[in-house]
Amino acid sequence: MPAMPAFETWLRPDDHGLYCVPGDFYIDPHAVVARAVITHGHSDHARAGHGAVLATEETLDIMRLRLGEFAGGQLQAIAYGDVLTMGDVTVRVVPAGHILGSAQIVIEYRGRRAVVSGDYKRHPDVTCLPFEPITCDLFITEATFGLPVFCHEPDHGEIGKLLASLAAFPERTHQVGVYSLGKCQRLIALLRQAGYDRPIWLHGALRAMTDYYMSRGIELGHVPAVAAATDMLAGEIVLSPPSAIGDRWSRRLAEPLASFASGWMRIRGRVRQRGVELPLVISDHADWPELLDTIRETGAEEIWVTHGREEALVHAVEAMGLKARALALVGREDEPE
Amino acid sequence: MKAFAELLDRLLYTPSRNGKLTLMTNYFRATPDPDRGYALAALTDGLPYAFPIRRIIVELAENRFDPELYRLSRDYVGDTAETLSLLWPKPANAGAPPRLAEIVERLKFIGRHQQAAELASWLDRLDVTGRWALLKFLSGAPRVGVSARLARLGVAQAFGRDVTEIEELWHGLEPPFLTLFSWLEGRTGLPEKSLTPVFRPLMLAHPLEDPDWEALNVAEFAVEWKWDGIRVQLSGRGGVTRLFSRTGDDVGGAFPDVIEGPAFDAVLDGELLVVRGGEVAPFGDLQQRLNRKTVARAMIEKYPAHVRLYDALELDGEDLRALPFVERRERLECWHRDRRPPRTDVSPQLSPASKDELREMWQGARHGGIEGLMLKRRLSPYLAGRPKGHWYKWKRAALTADCVLMYAQRGAGKRSSFYSDYTFGVWANGESGLALVPCGKAYSGFTDEELKELDRFVRQNTTERFGPVRAVEPKLVLEVAFDAIQKSGRHKAGLAMRFPRIARIRWDKPAEEADTLDHLMQIAE
Repeated sequence: MPAMPAFETWLRPDDHGLYCVPGDFYIDPHAVVARAVITHGHSDHARAGHGAVLATEETLDIMRLRLGEFAGGQLQAIAYGDVLTMGDVTVRVVPAGHILGSAQIVIEYRGRRAVVSGDYKRHPDVTCLPFEPITCDLFITEATFGLPVFCHEPDHGEIGKLLASLAAFPERTHQVGVYSLGKCQRLIALLRQAGYDRPIWLHGALRAMTDYYMSRGIELGHVPAVAAATDMLAGEIVLSPPSAIGDRWSRRLAEPLASFASGWMRIRGRVRQRGVELPLVISDHADWPELLDTIRETGAEEIWVTHGREEALVHAVEAMGLKARALALVGREDEPE
Repeated sequence: MKAFAELLDRLLYTPSRNGKLTLMTNYFRATPDPDRGYALAALTDGLPYAFPIRRIIVELAENRFDPELYRLSRDYVGDTAETLSLLWPKPANAGAPPRLAEIVERLKFIGRHQQAAELASWLDRLDVTGRWALLKFLSGAPRVGVSARLARLGVAQAFGRDVTEIEELWHGLEPPFLTLFSWLEGRTGLPEKSLTPVFRPLMLAHPLEDPDWEALNVAEFAVEWKWDGIRVQLSGRGGVTRLFSRTGDDVGGAFPDVIEGPAFDAVLDGELLVVRGGEVAPFGDLQQRLNRKTVARAMIEKYPAHVRLYDALELDGEDLRALPFVERRERLECWHRDRRPPRTDVSPQLSPASKDELREMWQGARHGGIEGLMLKRRLSPYLAGRPKGHWYKWKRAALTADCVLMYAQRGAGKRSSFYSDYTFGVWANGESGLALVPCGKAYSGFTDEELKELDRFVRQNTTERFGPVRAVEPKLVLEVAFDAIQKSGRHKAGLAMRFPRIARIRWDKPAEEADTLDHLMQIAE
């Protein structure tokens, strides 16, 4: 049997991003390229201006909503499970459990299989399909929360904290900072699961994505605009982008109590830096145990780490007896939540 | 432990006083004895059992974690105890979380060699917030922005009582305060009086306003200097002497020179000062000795403490509080002449013959250690709290300086969207000519409307940002009022203002016409 080509001969990071040589495409490139495969719609993965773009239908919709005419030259949708031949490789996408439309990219070349995870999580999320572990030879993982101090809480406990605070401080608006795509809609869904049926008020910047989620059949209940409120929303939940916390925008609210839903809220220094009163550890990324469990589950012999806290994860993977490599891709945000 | 951990966690992040009170009130109402009593102890005077938390944390961390992962985690989190609480794995069959009382009661008996194992078993049974709270709690003061006074106020509010009632009882009580809570819930009567020194809630003064001055009849008032120190209560009983702050905290540990004199049985009201050769030193000298648990001999010699007495609440077991002020004064003077306790004297009485003379005294009040006058109604009993119409404080007129706004910082709570904390400076001759030197910081004195205008000015004139702080173009003059100004090595300008606040915003005044450092140095004490 001839020796297998090293993964580096057909998948390699360069200064545009991660390039698949025999397929002639990039995955989540940060610079403009001719052909891109996009894992999901967050802005540090789905950039504007590529020639041809391959992604799930939801991801393409999200890119059109965010980027308009700059979403890409030719947009091609691929459904979960469909197999596509691109050059000498086959490509298929499977759910990543990160946000609506998020996908892992499965690439096969000469009997070898590589999986690019994109961003993913294993915590349950009713707003998207759950992560599907795929057996492979090379697993390329994110490491946003790649330190053993990150162990996210069960979501219902965090939602319980928010509801308890609402009962203790009924005179204050609870302003929760959320990222507009994914976290916002997931938080609403979690509140509805917990039986919270009051209106959940939205900052204007959260409208487009929330409407899109609802158009895809995700039930989020009554989510009126803060701009349409007739009072200061004491005792109500208002969702806004994190940047609106403590900003002039929040002066329209009743003594706003600043909350923030993010995996970073695990670290007290981050909570203080942000001036957050009620931290909620709710994340759309895999925590440390999920990263390690997923790596084990894939059965991969080699692990590449794209972005985040790579050093600790590489160390832990090597301790598992596997080969590990930090890709140090440029262009990823330090805090992609 | 879960409820206590959640309380500490929320207190840490809640900036507003009312918010903290709400959290504590809910906790004290909902939590059973003896857990809430130990929580109260943790938030006030701390627990009596020392636990070598630092050594044990290091010991636990070294044995349990991959050293490389531990190092990376510790570097990232920045705090050892927090790192340990985050890294600690939860075993499958750890058992129910320990109660706070269970932990405290075990601490009494735990041997040195069992400490690490015991802590590990508690950590096993707690969630991440519980682990963090336990480590914080064992390290001594929880440091969640709650003073002992605020914690007592939380207990008082939880049961609809006045905090002075609790303060009066406080120093005869011990954790877990079963008799206190039982009385608060109406199950039993007042806890028994103690045989050790007690704190009696203080009588406080109102500022003298114009209408008060108009209505004032000099003959009805006793007059004293208002000393620039801190208000204290010197309390002796059963051979022990204690020094309490105005909120009933025992501050005697830092002032052995005051409490180590001969024993007496009395509760005395007075001003804590640094006095050298009969002269009252500036407030900055006293500050050197405040907020310490213990004090070195050298500090005592350099900054000798002294209590200037002005009232007696109890003498030799007799409660004098119902007597008129003049009678209490007379009893105090007699007692003091008789006992001559060291490091004390009696604040002299002034006797202005007329209102004009009184005003002259007030105007002349700008010298060593005096910040104005106290007017006390001759016939008033000693009333806890701040009753109207009995005592007035008449602070000397504030000093002012025209300063230039240099930096602004966002406030907290209701002010979190406003740049409401202002650093200002004055002109000084530097290496490269005239430059602004920061000389103080103020965050009060302006109206809500003015705050909006200042906030707008800061946003429109920002030159640089450093996190929550903005540097602004130096062009707005603030007229800053302050009670006193002293030379100080701690500040860049070499000056420290007392109670600086914004008196006026001088939108009209060009920055070049603001005051100079030389000018401030001249008026400094």
